[in-house]
Amino acid sequence: MNEVAPVSSDTEAGAAAGARFVNIGERTNVTGSARFKKLILAGDYDAAVAVARDQVENGAQIVDVNMDEALLDSEQAMTIFLKRIAAEPDIARVPVMIDSSKWTVIEAGLKCVSGKPVVNSISLKEGETAFLELAAKCRAYGAAVVVMAFDEKGQADSASRKVEICERAYKLLVNSGTPPEDIVFDPNIFAVATGIDEHRRYAIDFIEATREIRARCPGVHISGGLSNLSFSFRGNERVRRAMHSVFLYHAIPAGLDMAIVNAGQLDIYDDIDPELREAVEDVILDRREDSTERLVELAERFKGTDAATEKAAAEWRSLPVGERLSYALVKGIDAHIVEDTEEARQEFARPIEVIEGPLMDGMNVVGDLFGSGKMFLPQVVKSARVMKKAVAHLIPFIEKEKEEKGITRGKGRVVMATVKGDVHDIGKNIVGVVLQCNGFEIIDLGVMVPWQDILKVADDNKADMIGLSGLITPSLDEMVTVAGEMQRLGLKTPLLIGGATTSKAHTALRIDPAYEGPVIHVLDASRAVGVASSLVSDTQREPLIASTLEDYETLRKSRERSGHNKLATLEEARANAFPYDPSGQAPPAARPGLHQFGEWPLRDLRSSIDWTPFFRAWELAGNYPAILEDPVVGESATSLFKDAQAMLEQIIAERWVTPKATVGLWRCKREGDDVLVLAGNDWTRLPFLRQQVKKREGRPNMCLADFINPEGEDWIGGFAVGIHGLSPHLERFKAGHDDYSDILLKALADRLAESFAEVLHAEVRNRIWGYADEHLSNQELIREKYHGIRPAPGYPACPDHSLKPALFEMLGGAPGEVSLTENFAMLPTSAVSGFYFGHRDSQYFGVARIGRDQLRDYAERRKVPIEQAERWLRPNLD
Amino acid sequence: MSAADSLRRQAAARILIKDGAYGTMIQGERLAGEAYCGGLDLMKDQRGNNDLLNLTQPDIVRSICERFAQAGADVLATNTFNANRISQADYGAEELSAEINLSAARITREVADRCAKDGRPRFVAGAIGPTNKTLSLSPDVNDPAFREVDFDAMKAVYREQVEALVEGGVDFILVETVFDTLNAKAAIMATLEAEQALARELPLMISMTLTDLSGRNLSGHTVEAFWASVCHARPLTIGLNCSFGAAQLRPHLAALSASADTLVMAYPNAGLPNDLGEYDEAALETAAQVAEWVRDGLVNIVGGCCGTTPAHIAAIAQVARDKPPREIPEHRRRTVLAGLEPMVIAE
Repeated sequence: MNEVAPVSSDTEAGAAAGARFVNIGERTNVTGSARFKKLILAGDYDAAVAVARDQVENGAQIVDVNMDEALLDSEQAMTIFLKRIAAEPDIARVPVMIDSSKWTVIEAGLKCVSGKPVVNSISLKEGETAFLELAAKCRAYGAAVVVMAFDEKGQADSASRKVEICERAYKLLVNSGTPPEDIVFDPNIFAVATGIDEHRRYAIDFIEATREIRARCPGVHISGGLSNLSFSFRGNERVRRAMHSVFLYHAIPAGLDMAIVNAGQLDIYDDIDPELREAVEDVILDRREDSTERLVELAERFKGTDAATEKAAAEWRSLPVGERLSYALVKGIDAHIVEDTEEARQEFARPIEVIEGPLMDGMNVVGDLFGSGKMFLPQVVKSARVMKKAVAHLIPFIEKEKEEKGITRGKGRVVMATVKGDVHDIGKNIVGVVLQCNGFEIIDLGVMVPWQDILKVADDNKADMIGLSGLITPSLDEMVTVAGEMQRLGLKTPLLIGGATTSKAHTALRIDPAYEGPVIHVLDASRAVGVASSLVSDTQREPLIASTLEDYETLRKSRERSGHNKLATLEEARANAFPYDPSGQAPPAARPGLHQFGEWPLRDLRSSIDWTPFFRAWELAGNYPAILEDPVVGESATSLFKDAQAMLEQIIAERWVTPKATVGLWRCKREGDDVLVLAGNDWTRLPFLRQQVKKREGRPNMCLADFINPEGEDWIGGFAVGIHGLSPHLERFKAGHDDYSDILLKALADRLAESFAEVLHAEVRNRIWGYADEHLSNQELIREKYHGIRPAPGYPACPDHSLKPALFEMLGGAPGEVSLTENFAMLPTSAVSGFYFGHRDSQYFGVARIGRDQLRDYAERRKVPIEQAERWLRPNLD
Repeated sequence: MSAADSLRRQAAARILIKDGAYGTMIQGERLAGEAYCGGLDLMKDQRGNNDLLNLTQPDIVRSICERFAQAGADVLATNTFNANRISQADYGAEELSAEINLSAARITREVADRCAKDGRPRFVAGAIGPTNKTLSLSPDVNDPAFREVDFDAMKAVYREQVEALVEGGVDFILVETVFDTLNAKAAIMATLEAEQALARELPLMISMTLTDLSGRNLSGHTVEAFWASVCHARPLTIGLNCSFGAAQLRPHLAALSASADTLVMAYPNAGLPNDLGEYDEAALETAAQVAEWVRDGLVNIVGGCCGTTPAHIAAIAQVARDKPPREIPEHRRRTVLAGLEPMVIAE
């Protein structure tokens, strides 16, 4: 039912073509919204502006502003509010409806609005002279007008009165110079199903009058305030929504083309429970004698759910403040947290007691639930957001007290950082949040932090431990450097290692030997609490350190035993190369050279998102979509997925981010394990690595070069994609202490980058290189059911990150406007780059461990000292 | 026949020419501070107060006006871009605002009438600048609801200027270089009120200036939103001026030209200023770009803004000669509201 489902998401397209039904946002109205009234009375214009923004985001095409409240200086409130929203381009882009029953308030508003607004409303109530005078003023201010069906005798209720008044007003206005297209009639929507017989025809009278007015007054529009209609069912949202939807379903075809509605709260006609729909329809269309009684009776049944939730929702608000705080933390509700925290602060002797008392009680519940697997990371992060807001409110008071009395200290202080050259911080932020929830004080130094800064801050703050994080393999080396520097300074502070490429093996073999203090690899966020708590505990600290040491020692010994004997020599490996089949070679590129994509449509990327890694980022195990139904994490995953979808919708609708990309396709030839690429006029050498692990009979030792024709010309490609523009949003979240949204946005941007890489690869295969003609579903794409691969430098098939500068150079320097850090991490963080191989047999594999012989050979091919190559390839050595 | 009808009749037959910039020509005179002040009893330095010259150096103003007329201009604007109480307050000359406008209007009227003796009518447009205050933006980043001036005060400032210009004999009121749409709405209202008070028609010419290449003015309106916001003035002309050079203005002019059911007047700068803030685009270059507007049928009246001289105007007149003017699209009955962007409601 397109007519009923209002034009909401696609306002731009709607505006261009001319909207057929206009949603007027109703929430910035003190007479209709208790919340907005409260905000305006309190002078909280920041929050009031946010209400307006919400409406526009939710599809309001006009924002209705009403300040008619006895306790208010309405002229002043109207003026301030309109000036405030004028300063917000995302709100000010839509027209304003200045709504008041007092002309002075309307005129005050007209003096602030720069576009072409609508005045709501004027009428013949005070007679023709006054009416025409106000209409002339609206014209002079350049405003359209809503004319209410009201005359000297009163408000029109019957269809004939509505038509009579509107037609009279139309003639008066048009003759005095108001263009018909600037007139909107409001023929009064009144409440039905009130039990009073005279009210039974109110809806149908409105609909009939609408049809007649449109016929007699060409050019005008018809509007109405919908909420009146269902007034007698207040408290029963489900019935009210159904009534509104059914009403619109009949009134829109009659000519109603604007309405003041809560756009987010309309049901689709077909989706309404059929029994309810029929009963509502009986009322609206006045089809039965007993329709009101029947709807009242039926309504009881639809009251249950909503009312019960509302009751529960109201109940927790009446608990003592301590319990309210705990409840808010466990449920992750941040709506009242600041006021509740303030109330608690006034009750307790010291502000810190609020943290140590009710807030920690709540967080302990969260921690226990998380620890026992009854609560999951997304919920924990939401709880943490609540905690952060509460703490942010208390901090000024605590600081003040500190100045007066001396210092207090939490459970322990952790300095955390993503190491130099690396920009990834989702995991680190999650660990930080979880630790904070458990009473630790976190000093987060952010990303790309050199060891000097980490150690200085740790020293200045007498940190109890240092946490290092990194995602790309060169970061492993950087962590070894940090450990070495800690050793040099003679520190004993425990060092925690985490991040996607880190491992117990690497920690045991490389980092732990570099530092005599405790070094502990932390597998994921849920383990971080246990480790950190033990390290600050008098009784558990030593046992943990001892057992870890023992563990690492065992691991080192077993590695030694397993030794190097399983490796083939480079010569043997090359002799066992993947056999090249000339019949599988991809044809020359259809469109060779560089291709820039300045702004790929975001909507295109949405459907091809691979959601499974998204859940993994939140430490929820399982494959999408089955994970949503998972008996253990299903509920948590579903809730997270809903938030993700909502944010994604916003990202797309408001173009928060811009996907950019560069693709290159070049001639190439093979030289041993190197591929020589003719990008522009220069040959670029790309040395690849070959598997050296001994293989079973019939299994080759693979190298990417094996997929290039060893005799004669072939083609290779390269690409980089980046998701740009996150920063302002991340800053906003940070300012609001909203880690949840911060992590959500980063995780989504990562997914968009991957999706973009996938979509672009398909574009390359089918069109730019053009060797394929595929028709694949998203699932098939995710399962890689196509010919060709796009291995990335730094990933298993091509583990050397340092090939990225060569790739980027061939792609013109900053492909997709992505740049590289000194350790070859890509900026923006949500970026993907790689090579394209088109051969039918090309496939992904892991190079894994290589020998010293290949290291030497590789250093020569790359023309770098062997130490340099060793640093680059360390994760693949022994 | 009223001046507006006469202009419409002329514009139906050919592309009309508006004059160029006073500022550029006055700079060329290299006047000393005393020359500006002309012995008036003013406390502040009057150097750069080009509007004051209407009182103190009327011969220079008259000579510039004549040179533009000789270059082929049909529409002569008064030298009153900053002759309003708000801008003149910077020179401590606000009490002279009305007098300046009166004198400027008389000078231009006199030149126009003299030139018209050749049988071709010349029109006098009383130029009203945007003032240097904005009704839509807050100068205080910490208080977004703050405004330096309010609508009624702005309207009163414009009203004084309008009435003085009308007394001096202008045919039209030219609200130009509109960077803030709300300022323009105050100017429109002032003109409508003056119209009522004086009981005579005061046709408006309205001209917006774009501050960024995406085609918005400083208050953020697109050209279509701008047209929706000012069309209640039923202006004689709508258009664009100043902004950037003619080449960059073209797409936005095309958008306006397609949606406005009235005459379109556009007068660009002589390109973009160089490193020294000077306009050095040669007359033929500007004219060549204006020729594209003419070729595409986007304009009814063309002229010049910052940096343009009588040579530019002559060159522009040359490229517009004997070329067909833009056809005014028929009025479309549809509702267009506007925030910063237009919103169309289908009938």
